[in-house]
Amino acid sequence: MTTRTQLLVGTPKGIFILESDATRSDWSVRGPGCEGWPIHDVIVDPGSGALLAGGGSPWYGPAVFRSEDDGATWTHSSVGLTYGEDGEAIKTVWSLAAGPDGTIYAGVEPAGLFRSSDGGVTWSHVAGLRDHPTRPGWAPGNGGLILHTIVPHPTDTDRAWVGISAVGVFETKDGGATWEPRNSGVRADFNPEPNPVTGQCVHKFAAAAGQPETLYQQNHCGVYRTDDGGEHWDEITPGLPGQFGFPLVTHPRDPDTAWVIPLNGDDKGRYMPEASAGVWRTHDRGTTWLRSGDGLPQEHAYWGVLREAMSRDTLEPVGIAFGTGTGQLWHSADAGLTWNLVTADLPTIWSVESVVRGD
Amino acid sequence: MATVLLPRSLLTLFPGVDRRHEVAPGTVGSALEELDRTIPGLRDRLVEPGPRLRPHINVFVDGEPGDLASPVARGSTVHVIPAVSGGSAT
Repeated sequence: MTTRTQLLVGTPKGIFILESDATRSDWSVRGPGCEGWPIHDVIVDPGSGALLAGGGSPWYGPAVFRSEDDGATWTHSSVGLTYGEDGEAIKTVWSLAAGPDGTIYAGVEPAGLFRSSDGGVTWSHVAGLRDHPTRPGWAPGNGGLILHTIVPHPTDTDRAWVGISAVGVFETKDGGATWEPRNSGVRADFNPEPNPVTGQCVHKFAAAAGQPETLYQQNHCGVYRTDDGGEHWDEITPGLPGQFGFPLVTHPRDPDTAWVIPLNGDDKGRYMPEASAGVWRTHDRGTTWLRSGDGLPQEHAYWGVLREAMSRDTLEPVGIAFGTGTGQLWHSADAGLTWNLVTADLPTIWSVESVVRGD
Repeated sequence: MATVLLPRSLLTLFPGVDRRHEVAPGTVGSALEELDRTIPGLRDRLVEPGPRLRPHINVFVDGEPGDLASPVARGSTVHVIPAVSGGSAT
């Protein structure tokens, strides 16, 4: 069997697909797909292997694109992606995720959650989330009122966590009928009440491998870990150069390992700390952090990395990829120790998804 | 019958669909609903909840700016044109 690796890159000008082999040393580039639509997130439908890309056109509205030929051709649909004729208009699809039973979830702007049981062809609203009594107070972050993170429980189809900016983390334990905020222990420095139930600026979170009650979170105000499904979060920022950043990914097999890319601060330009690029990793659940800048520019790195723009594959060593706001795509084939520039010529990179395929 | 001319950027989403279509007289809204029956998903690309035309979609009936309620007479021509403002977000 031949192993193919792919990086699926979402940009304001469509999806780009980069391909390599198991060495992940040389990459080809093709695209743009999805007719050049702004694409916020791309995943693989685990049931069929099809590519799913979520986005929204400023002219033509939100849609989820689907390709069954590895990105050569695309169809699109927004059937059911609506809050109804009396509801707010949905601007765009921000995030996609697959549940353990093959259900596909879509997070949208303005914030809400949809699910599809037919691989993204038709959608139904998970209304319980927007029925939450805190919703009248939901306020947008800098990127809008967006549902940007979806973490389905790996085995329990009734459980999932979502992240909304600037509202916080919510969990359902009943298949989406009801939701509870999960923001205890998280700071909101920009809020008169420093630990509000909602009004939290979650940037990204991900589950630990094999430990679904453990989640790691990059927030506007620090990095956190919970070991009880979000009932309480403990801050693990110490050791990092700052509290502010966007992406976070977890190891596919080691629950103690995660990677983040801190920026220099929310009010200082949002680029690499001291303009020196580095990716930080923990191997002990956030107790200590290690920096790697090997291969990355160590001066004049005035770029940032957005919340969905880092991902990891499932090979050994783990491959890590991230894309910058300036269109550079970087990759590490040794779990983040050393870095190589894949291409510097893409549009602003909104999302990166790492895929391993066997032919 | 009346004629509807669709934007070329929309046609890329519906391979094989022609730009020019003949529809029954009525309104812009009824014309788009008629087209959606033969081109499923087309109306969603042009109309948002309300229903109303999406913010950066313009419609002209015989050269005059219109909306979903605008009458479309026998022999009329409806141009559907994306606004140049729509690209500002990207």
